Amino acid sequence: MPEPVLTTRGVTRIYEMGEIQVQALRGVDFELMESEFLVLVGASGSGKSTLMNILGGLDRPTDGTVHFRDQELTRASDRELTEYRRNHVGFIFQFYNLMPSLTARENVSLVTEITRDPMPADEALALVGLEHRLDHFPSQLSGGEQQRVAVARAIAKRPELLLCDEPTGALDYRSGVVVLEVIERVNRELGTATAVITHNAPISAMASRVVTLHDGAIDEERHNEARAPASEIRW
Amino acid sequence: MRFSPSALDRKLIRDLKGMLGQGITISLVVAAGISGFLTLRATYSSLLESRDQYYEEYRFGDVFAQLDRAPESVAERMESVPGVALVHTRVAESARILMEGPAQSPQALILSLPPGGDAPLNQVLLREGRWPGAGESDEALLLDTFAERWEVAAGDTLGVVMNGALRSVRITGLATSPEFIYPMPPGGALIPDDERFAVLWMDRRGMAPIFRMEGAFNDVVVRMNPGALEREVLAGIDGVLEPYGGRGAVGRDLQPSNFILDGELEQLRQFSTVVPIIFLGVAAFLLNMVLSRLLHLQRTQVAALKALGYHDSEVGLHYLKMTLGVVIAGSVLGVVLGWYLGRAMTLFYGNFFGFPILEFRMGWRAPLAGILIAGGAGVIGAFTALRKILALSPAEAMSPEPPARYRPTLPERMGLGRLVGPMGRMVLRELGRRPLRTGLSALGIALAIAIVVVGRFSEDAMNYLMEEQFYRAWRENVTVAFAGPTPERAIREIAALPGVAHAEGMRVTSVRMYAGHRWRDVPLQGYPDEARLRQLLDADGRLRPFPDEGVVITEKLGEVLGIAPGDSVRVTLREGRPGEATLRITGTVDEMLGMQGHMRMSELNALLAEGPVVSQALVQIDPRDVDALEARLMEWPGVLDVASRDALVERFREQSAEMLTVMTLILTLFASVIAAGVVYNNARVAVSMRERDLASLRVLGFSRREISTVLLGEMGVQVLIAIPPGLWIGHRLCVWIAGTVDPERYRLPVVLSAETYGFAVSVILVAATASALLVRRKLDRLDLIGVLKTRE
Ligand SMILES: Nc1ncnc2c1ncn2[C@@H]1O[C@H](COP(=O)(O)OP(=O)(O)OP(=O)(O)O)[C@@H](O)[C@H]1O
Ligand SMILES: [Mg+2]
Repeated sequence: MPEPVLTTRGVTRIYEMGEIQVQALRGVDFELMESEFLVLVGASGSGKSTLMNILGGLDRPTDGTVHFRDQELTRASDRELTEYRRNHVGFIFQFYNLMPSLTARENVSLVTEITRDPMPADEALALVGLEHRLDHFPSQLSGGEQQRVAVARAIAKRPELLLCDEPTGALDYRSGVVVLEVIERVNRELGTATAVITHNAPISAMASRVVTLHDGAIDEERHNEARAPASEIRW
Repeated sequence: MRFSPSALDRKLIRDLKGMLGQGITISLVVAAGISGFLTLRATYSSLLESRDQYYEEYRFGDVFAQLDRAPESVAERMESVPGVALVHTRVAESARILMEGPAQSPQALILSLPPGGDAPLNQVLLREGRWPGAGESDEALLLDTFAERWEVAAGDTLGVVMNGALRSVRITGLATSPEFIYPMPPGGALIPDDERFAVLWMDRRGMAPIFRMEGAFNDVVVRMNPGALEREVLAGIDGVLEPYGGRGAVGRDLQPSNFILDGELEQLRQFSTVVPIIFLGVAAFLLNMVLSRLLHLQRTQVAALKALGYHDSEVGLHYLKMTLGVVIAGSVLGVVLGWYLGRAMTLFYGNFFGFPILEFRMGWRAPLAGILIAGGAGVIGAFTALRKILALSPAEAMSPEPPARYRPTLPERMGLGRLVGPMGRMVLRELGRRPLRTGLSALGIALAIAIVVVGRFSEDAMNYLMEEQFYRAWRENVTVAFAGPTPERAIREIAALPGVAHAEGMRVTSVRMYAGHRWRDVPLQGYPDEARLRQLLDADGRLRPFPDEGVVITEKLGEVLGIAPGDSVRVTLREGRPGEATLRITGTVDEMLGMQGHMRMSELNALLAEGPVVSQALVQIDPRDVDALEARLMEWPGVLDVASRDALVERFREQSAEMLTVMTLILTLFASVIAAGVVYNNARVAVSMRERDLASLRVLGFSRREISTVLLGEMGVQVLIAIPPGLWIGHRLCVWIAGTVDPERYRLPVVLSAETYGFAVSVILVAATASALLVRRKLDRLDLIGVLKTRE
């Protein structure tokens, strides 16, 4: 029986904007299991990124609890949250968030330099098919290539958790598949618990479980009997 | 494995390279602030040190006295006055030197030298040549400033009228002494004179017979024991010398040369304490502002680093290095520049004062303080901004800043919107949306304008003072001094000379004015009832009437002695019937130059128990006839001196105003650098902040010109709204500075010239235009795709 890596109970998140309050999450109970490949879908504005940020320790819920194994993230200090991100979480952001003044390789090194057992930056970039673009700056890469650098950066630390916010959003089909293959491989080979946000319905076929968010709450949860390999996904 | 910097350090190096222009200008602001601070501080303290060493090494006396004549044995009695350590007696006589060319012969003070020239006090510094021979009555040393002015060299022979007889004197050498740093003619002159005042040092045994002063002295220099009370020593010496016609001993503070030197150093002190602090403060404020904005731009990068698992401390260190990189570069440059300029300025002033010893010292405290203040302000600025970003959760910091809520600005609501068009509206809204930032930018620019104004203030003050004093208050262009009281008839004779438009007499006498134990030697000036040439002006340029009765004194004199209108003061007279008298003070006037008393001539004549006599003639004459008048008057018996106003003004300018010119130049330079640095950085940060908006506008089809208009319009408005408060702040700072300095000799009126205001505005406008061009170039190269492709 796989253990949950992440557990949330009654998580709400309210954004205060002056007098207006936006309730982005309204009581989410959710688990991410060991080695699981989870896909998170839902309409724009349904709260996917908000939930992902909370899971990754980038944000705190307004109410409710989040546990990483035995550690209660909602009670962790900022310092502990940083350690959590540094040692356990690999992020792929919707907007790549690369350092513009660093090359592809250096952007990956930024992470490998501070983690315990990373893979070499060159190897991580080779995994995403960028072995020829090591010394290029973000401004010299296409949007898709930038996203692949972001993927390399996330997996290079061999994280326990891989959180991906629309990793293929800006990519064409071919580079999208490359990215998905890498994520799948990390999930399979390293047993990394993986959560992927996507608007591409076909990608759900890769998942072992698909969770749908609607208006800040979990609307539907579905288990896939058989997972499709990334190479067979078409959109 | 070869050494390679961490990825974060690489980012640091590249980021610094990427903002090279900004980095350099910020460094320059720091450098200008620090070096301005150091230059003035180090110059002042080095000059003070050099003066003290000069005084010490050449044994400058503490107390000075003159008398009619006393036998040498009186010296012993002065030595036994409590507090007196050493007494040096001299013979001091006045003479005239006949120089080729000009009609008037310069005045000379002849001082006796002990055998071998080695005076125990007020030692003479032989600059070149040799000492006069023992017992020689026709050899002398000549004061170097006079020699330089008249191009007299060692070995030359001068004709000197001593005790009524013309003698040829061989100049064996050129010399000076601590008592003649400023050559002040005797008789309470206000302005040093290196042209018509000379000092000759002669061997005492050779000189005494000429003046029948064998075995006697008429001048004393005294050194006090450390800790002795000057007041008591002065009283003791006066007591001993009283029967010998003692004219009252004075301390160092009133020794004429030192009095002027103190005034000049006081002015330097004011500039070296208040002004550098203003500069440093402004530089610090600007650094704080610029760095906090620069850091604000790094918002998403800070958030991303945090998201990747970097601790706040690591991120903080990264940006600390970035800030320190800029600050340290500026500090090093500032210290080096400060040292260099400080040394140059010390040399300049040292030569100006004629100090034989010049010690330049900067120490480590001032540089450290400068670096800590400027650097600290920069680091604090960067870190306030950083702390705000770090306080956000990474998720929040990474998300774009919430779209701004724009609303119509005041001018638009007043209906001006339609006048300015859509671009103008964008400018107004952008400025109105962030009133705090707009305000701070404007304040920064205003401060920059203000220090440019401050830099030029003292020069303006000096020019105003000269204009008012020498041209408005005095309307004569030649002053004739008579050797003694002269019948008024002489004025009518002068008035009849060719070219003379108007002449009137004046009676001037020097009195010592007492208030309690404080006193000052003060010229009393008596004006004829129908005086037309002299006017009484106060510092605001207002005309004041001469008193109907009693004495109107300089306000400063009232302050120093603690006397006010209505008081009666005790004075000792030196002319007429010597003795004491009481004067009634009937008013004060806030004069800018000197300390004196003004009264009716008839009243002064009565006070001195004399008939209607004058001691000076004021002459208004066609400038072309001045030389002829001088030549003619110098042949009159009883004429002591003929002085033209232009020569006087020229001397004043050389002595006091020129000293300010160098300072003004340096301050203006630094202020301009600071101003330009601020304007440029403001503009650059604005570009970075609005890059995306502007790129989007371009994509929407706006031309380069149009988007430049938006940004440059913002800059222009900020600069324009900064100008009036900038000038106002500059004026306030000058008022403040003027309040902190208070030499007795003159006061600095805060009258800023239109040129100064114009210059300050021009500096800012030039800096703004240059920045605008750079920004324009930057905008023309705006990489539309690149900017829009990478989010924030
Ligand atoms: N920083 C914020 N301040 C205020 N409201 C926010 C903020 N971030 C998100 N929201 C609001 O919270 C809700 C959920 O946003 P979230 O970004 O989680 O949606 P999403 O499901 O990721 O949408 P998308 O698919 O478009 O990325 C939205 O209504 C959004 O407007
Ligand atoms: Mg999202």
